[in-house]
Amino acid sequence: MAGSKREIQEINAGSMADIAFLLLIFFLVTTTMDVDTGLMRVLPPPILEDVPPPPPVKMRNVFVVLANSADNLLVEDEYMQVEDLKDAAKEFIIGRPNNPGDERFPEFKASDDPLIIKYFGANYPISKQIVSLQNDRGTSYQLYIAIQDQLATAYSEVRDQVAMSQFGKKYDELKDSKSKEDNEKAKAVRKLIPQRISEAEPKGI
Amino acid sequence: MQIRKKGKKTVPPVSTASLPDIVFMLLFFFMVTTVMRETSLKVQHVIPKAKQVAKLERKSLVAYIHIGPPLKPLQSIMGTEPRIQLDDAFATPADIPTFVESVKSETNEAEVPLLTYSLKVDVKTKMGIVVDVKQELRKANALKINYSTSRAIDKVVGL
Repeated sequence: MAGSKREIQEINAGSMADIAFLLLIFFLVTTTMDVDTGLMRVLPPPILEDVPPPPPVKMRNVFVVLANSADNLLVEDEYMQVEDLKDAAKEFIIGRPNNPGDERFPEFKASDDPLIIKYFGANYPISKQIVSLQNDRGTSYQLYIAIQDQLATAYSEVRDQVAMSQFGKKYDELKDSKSKEDNEKAKAVRKLIPQRISEAEPKGI
Repeated sequence: MQIRKKGKKTVPPVSTASLPDIVFMLLFFFMVTTVMRETSLKVQHVIPKAKQVAKLERKSLVAYIHIGPPLKPLQSIMGTEPRIQLDDAFATPADIPTFVESVKSETNEAEVPLLTYSLKVDVKTKMGIVVDVKQELRKANALKINYSTSRAIDKVVGL
């Protein structure tokens, strides 16, 4: 054609798209969008043979949760559905600070931790609560996770309550806040209401 | 100058120069949001849901332990009982200490205490095998574990 010597040849960009599609398909096939959320737990260290057994705890301070292989839940000697576990656990963790003689709820003690004294005062009662979880080898994992989730939610809601009444903010807000003071407050709440869940060796229930 | 006749009857072709740009954008999205799959899953598991989930912070410091019934094609060899899979191979609870050691040897000394072991267990597994795994992890001093759960929305987890 006349004048074709002056026309700039355009590169056909359509095949670039093909190359890009190939790379895309490669990545689609070789990668996964993995679920990376979960319940964090710390296992207790292994029991050594020659360490003396820990001091016994009073039964009134222990919130006993039993799960058998038929996926029934026995909480403090009462049958319960797993959805109700959270409220029962919350009641136990909060306890009855105004009525320390009530034997169904844990004892209280004063703390000597400086962080608690700083934010809560020297005589703020700390519950001696422990949650004890015992499951059978035949319990289903789904029930186990449901129990763990209920207990974690119970602790989280109690912490929120305390943080709200003391600092006017929820526990998560304090923990994730950028200010060091808020993080310290969150730590104080955490020390006030530690997540003490003790899991026993499974046995036949 | 000669005035060109403006009677262009043909439509100029659509420029395809930006097509690869669109595709590259999709590609970068996938590169950023996904993880290179290192192990081929030999067990199938339905992950349970929970509300109080936390995100795993550093993927490089997470070791995965999968527990569940083997995939359908493998069921004829391995059976239908839930099995443990560590790093591409089926394993028994007794293999866990070696696995922990190999994971520790691949990470920096300073970061070993930060190692988290993520247990991806099928909902229908019985606790027996999970408890065995946890006991072995305790003995091997691998104490930070994470029960892999996806986030449940609003509904209470129940049976």
